[in-house]
Amino acid sequence: MNIFDQHKHQTAKIKRQDNVNERIPDGLFLACPYCGAQMYNKQLGRYRVCSKCGYGFRLQARERVTLFTDTFTEMDADIVQTNPDFPGYADKLSRAQEQTDLGESVLTGEAVIKGQKVALGVMDPYFMMASLGSKTGEKITRLFEYATENQLPVVLFTASGGARMQEGINSLMQMAKISAAVAQHQEAGLLYLVVLTDPTTGGVTASFAMQGDVTLAEPHALVGFAGARVIESTIHEKLPKDFQRAETLLKNGFVDKIVPRETLADTIGQLVALHQSTEV
Amino acid sequence: MALFKRELSPARIVKKSREDRFAAREIIDGVFTDFIELHGDRLSGDDNSIIGGIARLNGQPVTVIVIDRGTDIQDKISKRNGSPEPYGYRKAQRLMAQANKFNRPIITFINTPGAFPGKTAEAQGQGEAIAQSILKSMKLTVPMIAIIYGEAGSGGALALATSDQVWMFQNATYSILSPEGFASILWKDSKRADEAADVMGLTPKDLMEKQIIEYIIPEGRNHPRVFNLIRKRLDDEITSLQTLAPNELLAKRRARFRAF
Repeated sequence: MNIFDQHKHQTAKIKRQDNVNERIPDGLFLACPYCGAQMYNKQLGRYRVCSKCGYGFRLQARERVTLFTDTFTEMDADIVQTNPDFPGYADKLSRAQEQTDLGESVLTGEAVIKGQKVALGVMDPYFMMASLGSKTGEKITRLFEYATENQLPVVLFTASGGARMQEGINSLMQMAKISAAVAQHQEAGLLYLVVLTDPTTGGVTASFAMQGDVTLAEPHALVGFAGARVIESTIHEKLPKDFQRAETLLKNGFVDKIVPRETLADTIGQLVALHQSTEV
Repeated sequence: MALFKRELSPARIVKKSREDRFAAREIIDGVFTDFIELHGDRLSGDDNSIIGGIARLNGQPVTVIVIDRGTDIQDKISKRNGSPEPYGYRKAQRLMAQANKFNRPIITFINTPGAFPGKTAEAQGQGEAIAQSILKSMKLTVPMIAIIYGEAGSGGALALATSDQVWMFQNATYSILSPEGFASILWKDSKRADEAADVMGLTPKDLMEKQIIEYIIPEGRNHPRVFNLIRKRLDDEITSLQTLAPNELLAKRRARFRAF
């Protein structure tokens, strides 16, 4: 029985990794998408980090919550797209929902991280590449509104392939909608902490991912606005390897600190504590 | 729509929107008087694809920010066909903050395939530049009206369109990305752009139905007539927006986007 259980577990993992085109010869070995190093699946450890280069493998939102929070109470789980009228969209959506155990591409709630109470949002790259659907936008907007109302800092793990094409202009409007809620949260003097994870691109980069008071990033996370292929075909030259990686953004002044997963919760806890109003 | 003589297909409107029917300088001269151009973002440079400055609208000082696609080939190349660099958006932010200080309404004219997808644009934070343009617009307490006069593609257009009202020229488009890009991403075939245009809902009529925009500006060969209409309507709407208290205006602008 035990043997079968284990087998089932590994099949699930293989399926998940396939979705992001990570090269996996079998369930035991896999290759780091950043440095290419081959390693045992188990070598990644609970944080799922490449033992050679420190790259953090893409995580599902629920895995992240387990890894980084002391407690978590989900909110707005019932907010789902009820009118996916673009051809093929409904199928994609229900497959993503099944795979991630989420209604939309972001998981939101109230959490305690290293003893600090925060409003937490985690985008899930396994849910249609965390594209910005109108319900994704709704959940993030509500998260900021909730935080403003309850005087809480917001911690947001960003990931996204960009806009949700199937929703057209409504997807674009989410960038403005969320920004309005960020503005209100800012005016209340509350901390907005962004953690850029692999990959954060497109409309998310061009809005709330770049509006934080403090911006952290995971090692080697891909962060950018335009896609590398689009840039290469526009300027007719090949881009350097680390062009849109966290380390380059740090060098260019768009990231405050790159933090490995092992110490991420501590760093978040420390930053949130440093922003608590001191009793007079 | 009875407003127009004959309804064009979305694909036809996409083509028209790219035809440079109206030039940036022509619009500025046609709608405003006393225009003085102000240059630079005070950080890294001056992007000539965004023209900014102060002018008068029926006598009232206003800040005008216009995306310019250029006229001849050389001009178009230097302006990347109206694709702003990060320092273009940062110039716009500087001029918007300046307008806010002096209580001047802000009028933007948009015509861009999108923010420039370049190597230096990326290194200088194209995403951050757009993100901050949007965020800062959400805090300004002066009336803001955005007018799309050609193409309005993606975040690069939205950066100048988070306003109290958004208007479009009759043959303009506003979309998440170009129909070519849309077809290439969803169907892996950029040649199906016309088909994409049909399903994207990017025409003024579609966007009016979705309440993404408030008004469609009828076009005609008689450009002065178009400009007179714009001036008149801008004057009316700005006057009415100016009756709101600053916090009311801001709340209304935020609510406008909260509805999506």
